[in-house]
Amino acid sequence: MWLEPREHVSVAVRVLAPVGAVVAALALCAVLIAWTGTGVVQAYGLLYQGALGSQFALAETLTRATPLMLTGLAVAVAFRAKLWNIGAEGQLYAGALVAVLLGSGPLELPAWALLPIVLIGGALAGSLLLVGPTVLKTRFGVDEVVTTLLLNFIVLLFVSMMLEGPLKDPMGMGWPQSAPVLPEAELPKLVERSRLHWGLVLAMAASVVLWVMNTRTVWGYEIKAVGANPRAAGFAGIAVNGVMLRVALLSGGLAGLAGAAEIAGLRGYLTLDLSPGFGYSGIVVAMLAQLHPLAVVAASVFVAGIFVGADAMSRSVPVPNYIADVLVAVSLLCILVAGFLVRYRVRLSGVRAG
Amino acid sequence: MHEVVLRLAGVTKRFGALVANDDISLELRRGEVMALLGENGAGKTTLMNILFGHYVADEGSIEAFGKPLPGGSPKAALAAGICMVHQHFTLADNLSVLDNVILGTEPLWRFRSDRGAAAAKLSALAERFGLTVDPAAPVGSLSVGERQRVEILKALYRDARILILDEPTAVLTPQESERLFSTLKLLTAEGLGVIFISHKMNEVMAASDTVGVLRGGKLVAIRRTAETDRSELAELMIGRTLKAPAVEPMEPAEPVLTLAGVTVRAARGMLDRADLVVRRHQIVGIAGVSGNGQAALADLVSGLGVPDDGRLEVFGKPVVVAGPLEMVKRGVARIPEDRHATGLVGDMAVWENLIAERVRLPEFSRLGFLRRDAARARAREVIKDYDVRCPGPDAVSRLLSGGNMQKLILGRTLSYKPGLILANQPTRGLDVGAVAYVHEQLLAARKAGAGVLLISEDLDELLALADQVAVIHRGRLSPPMPRAAVTICQLGLAMAGHWEELPDVA
Amino acid sequence: MTDILDLLASAAFWTATLRIATPYILGTLGELVCERAGVLNLGIEGIMTLGAMAGWMTVYQGGDLWTGVMVAALAGGMLGLLHALLTVPLGLSQHVTGIGVTLLGTSLSYYVYRMVLPQVSSPPTIEPFQPWAVPVLSEIPVIGQALFNQTPLTYAALAAVGLVAWVLYRTPLGLGVRMVGENPAAAEAQGISVTAVRMGAVVCGSALMAVGGAFLTLSAFNAFFFNMINGRGWICIALVVFASWRPGKALLGAVLFAAFDALQLRLQQIVGPALPYQVFLMLPYVLSILALVLMSRRAAYPRALMIPFRKGERH
Repeated sequence: MWLEPREHVSVAVRVLAPVGAVVAALALCAVLIAWTGTGVVQAYGLLYQGALGSQFALAETLTRATPLMLTGLAVAVAFRAKLWNIGAEGQLYAGALVAVLLGSGPLELPAWALLPIVLIGGALAGSLLLVGPTVLKTRFGVDEVVTTLLLNFIVLLFVSMMLEGPLKDPMGMGWPQSAPVLPEAELPKLVERSRLHWGLVLAMAASVVLWVMNTRTVWGYEIKAVGANPRAAGFAGIAVNGVMLRVALLSGGLAGLAGAAEIAGLRGYLTLDLSPGFGYSGIVVAMLAQLHPLAVVAASVFVAGIFVGADAMSRSVPVPNYIADVLVAVSLLCILVAGFLVRYRVRLSGVRAG
Repeated sequence: MHEVVLRLAGVTKRFGALVANDDISLELRRGEVMALLGENGAGKTTLMNILFGHYVADEGSIEAFGKPLPGGSPKAALAAGICMVHQHFTLADNLSVLDNVILGTEPLWRFRSDRGAAAAKLSALAERFGLTVDPAAPVGSLSVGERQRVEILKALYRDARILILDEPTAVLTPQESERLFSTLKLLTAEGLGVIFISHKMNEVMAASDTVGVLRGGKLVAIRRTAETDRSELAELMIGRTLKAPAVEPMEPAEPVLTLAGVTVRAARGMLDRADLVVRRHQIVGIAGVSGNGQAALADLVSGLGVPDDGRLEVFGKPVVVAGPLEMVKRGVARIPEDRHATGLVGDMAVWENLIAERVRLPEFSRLGFLRRDAARARAREVIKDYDVRCPGPDAVSRLLSGGNMQKLILGRTLSYKPGLILANQPTRGLDVGAVAYVHEQLLAARKAGAGVLLISEDLDELLALADQVAVIHRGRLSPPMPRAAVTICQLGLAMAGHWEELPDVA
Repeated sequence: MTDILDLLASAAFWTATLRIATPYILGTLGELVCERAGVLNLGIEGIMTLGAMAGWMTVYQGGDLWTGVMVAALAGGMLGLLHALLTVPLGLSQHVTGIGVTLLGTSLSYYVYRMVLPQVSSPPTIEPFQPWAVPVLSEIPVIGQALFNQTPLTYAALAAVGLVAWVLYRTPLGLGVRMVGENPAAAEAQGISVTAVRMGAVVCGSALMAVGGAFLTLSAFNAFFFNMINGRGWICIALVVFASWRPGKALLGAVLFAAFDALQLRLQQIVGPALPYQVFLMLPYVLSILALVLMSRRAAYPRALMIPFRKGERH
């Protein structure tokens, strides 16, 4: 068996690869659904209904997609530079923590001032959290995967400490939760009587900005070069460590913004269950989108739909809602294989190109 | 005549449309050294990889000791007594010599390996063939010559009957090469058959019994070495008579690069109180075995480092802060040692690679936004002027041939009429046509007024192009010698650290 | 201060330390085997979770404890095989694939657990491994009492350290594993199948990790909880670096780490509410990062770690 690199890959193939991966993932998970004795068609039908079948469902899905879009972008921009940021989860909580800190009372400002401060403060917190692992990587060669992963646990414990200590809401009836943010620090709703908020617009705008950056600017050019071949980039005169740091600020900032937007747009106050793994799902979103910022929008809606739909489905049939996590994980592995099949042709025998 | 130990009949190998080996038949006899001569891309390495089981031939058959050799299995080749010494050694630096040698000689599923007996056998072999090396030493601590000895010991340890060496002298000094060839004599006296691959004529003449010449994938001739001569082989190899590049005599003008007592202590290599001057209209060659400080010297001129001590001047002005952009702005053209690893970003388009050094200059960006049209226009110009064969500015660089990659790099830098050119191994691994092209371009730049610092391991190249040659050894630079005053032999000795052999130029 | 010294001299402290160390020893050894062959296995967290779930579920469904261990090893090996298939012959990013395997292992464990036990509020329990005192040896003060009063899986973990060290350094197979991690091209040239050795190492290593996870549900505790592994896998990856990829040092690292963990548990009781308990819980993670930073400078990492090898591919 030989692997033969494909010289030219058409756009259609690039677009179809993620779709194929998702179909494969759905097929593989059908086995797990069938195992519970539930009809696969029925289950997936319920999942679809729960995710997109009504205006309410759609709004729920888009609400869920908002943080995923931002963490997906955070991962996409980092992975493009081969900065393996697996710490979006921690950065999200750091952003949320600072958002609550700034938004719940100490600053009494009108909305046009307070809201940006809260969002930017949250983003900065995420940025700073990723600077440490990045400097350790560029300076000492410490693998950032492990450091960012470990930081997730540290941040979560720190948040827990804050919520049981100085940030604990005196009106919270003993629950470890923060005081709510002021109305001036809230993101307005996008649709009346839904949970959908302006964070979605913010996230979509971010994806457009990132796309422009990737394709049109010196920064995007440098990030691409550093990711593809840091030695050649350094030889050409690109400050590799500087670019890495910039990417870290950007990536951490987007993840931090995800946390701040969840607080300002949806929750209002901080608890330890703010994120059901948005940071980790962001990796799947980014990979499904093949790191393309515009495709992140679609991929995040898909992943959010799976989660929202699975919740709805598990209320009617005996399929645990963890099927969503399984589906998302299998999708990630399938998209990796699909990406491989796009790049290589598998030859079982015969002629081989060199 | 001894019996035939290896027979190839009609071996053909295609890579897509390219026929790398076309109907090759040859015979190797016991106790014979056969040289396979050919330019880069002639199909030598492909043939050896088929023989050793890395590739499978599309047609033809191979027989070793009268038995057919199944294709595609290094294991089968090893079992048949065929061993190969690759150009890039296949040794693990962190493991000991003994570990490297015994790997794969015992069945994997054994409760323990008998290292005592293995060490004894290895020492006996080393003694017999004069290949002294400490079995317990980590390979990483050995010199290049010693590593090659380990590779040969590996083969002998496995009782190799046929030994294949791929460009064995590429990394050796001429004296080390001599030593290798006397080892080969000992081996053939013991009945081994040896094939060695080379593109260096003088080695082939000195060390082989028969010569096979490959060109364009075909075996164009087999000759007894004693019955042929260099010019016949050269003609067979290239298919036409090759004329040496004409170097016009020129008067060197003002200095463009000056090193005065420069010392560098860096992980990538060191320089020790190096003095050097390169002037306009002058090519200064640096000879030396790789790893003796060339990297540090190249890094200095590339703008990747500054001297720890001493003075570095470019165009008469000192260099204090390191930075490739600084050098590019001053008018230094940089041709890096490794096209793939440092020269180009393979996954980026041709146009993107063309602007890599100047992306932050107004020519290619404004307010942080790329001027993509300007960049593409530039790319089209370079593709035309430097005859880069590619589908267009948006082609992915990775897919270009080595020669075209090098043309791309030349176009990226030389089109700006630089005053100083760093050419670090500019022709390594290129085919004849591309080599000639690179040489032409360097000579043209010299004529136009550039000074060229040419770092090369290929002594023939240095003696063909350079006005002056200096030798680098363990970070020390010899005084430069006019080309006419030195011989290959003297350079070889100097490369091994014997300075006193150099002609006095003072 | 004297409190702490007394503590360090007590057999009970070291007994607890070894118990806490066991999953780290097994996980670190497993990761070490993978990385020595050149494959980073970030699937460890998910593989340990699956091992914990599968082992427990087997016993809960009526299997005996050792069957549980076997099933855990088998399940971990299967996930390892998946990681190996994607990263070795296909040469996909070991980082991203590993994360994918972790997500899969974790979610699959939760899914199966919930499928079998849909409506339980408090997790059901099993009868776990009991300590087994080695006659005579367990009477030796402190050292003997600590070392020879453990559950069988702790003895197995200690034996595994010796076994892995022996295989790596004393057998032809181990030399092959080290060589494919250092220079796969060299191994291939000597007739060793890089693909087979790497895949084998990842599968075996993953089985070890999974047994480490199973220790938690079959020996340390008696039930399966969500978030049970809680970053232990990631810590093992840091411990491998700390151990410079050597089994003996891996044991040392795991035990040191566990000793700190045991110490912080006692410190919590001594210091009391003066410091929030989260500070103590953070310590292991902070310690792991510190270990990484300190050791990364002089780490003799396997030279081909994370570099895919494709047979005959031109460089």
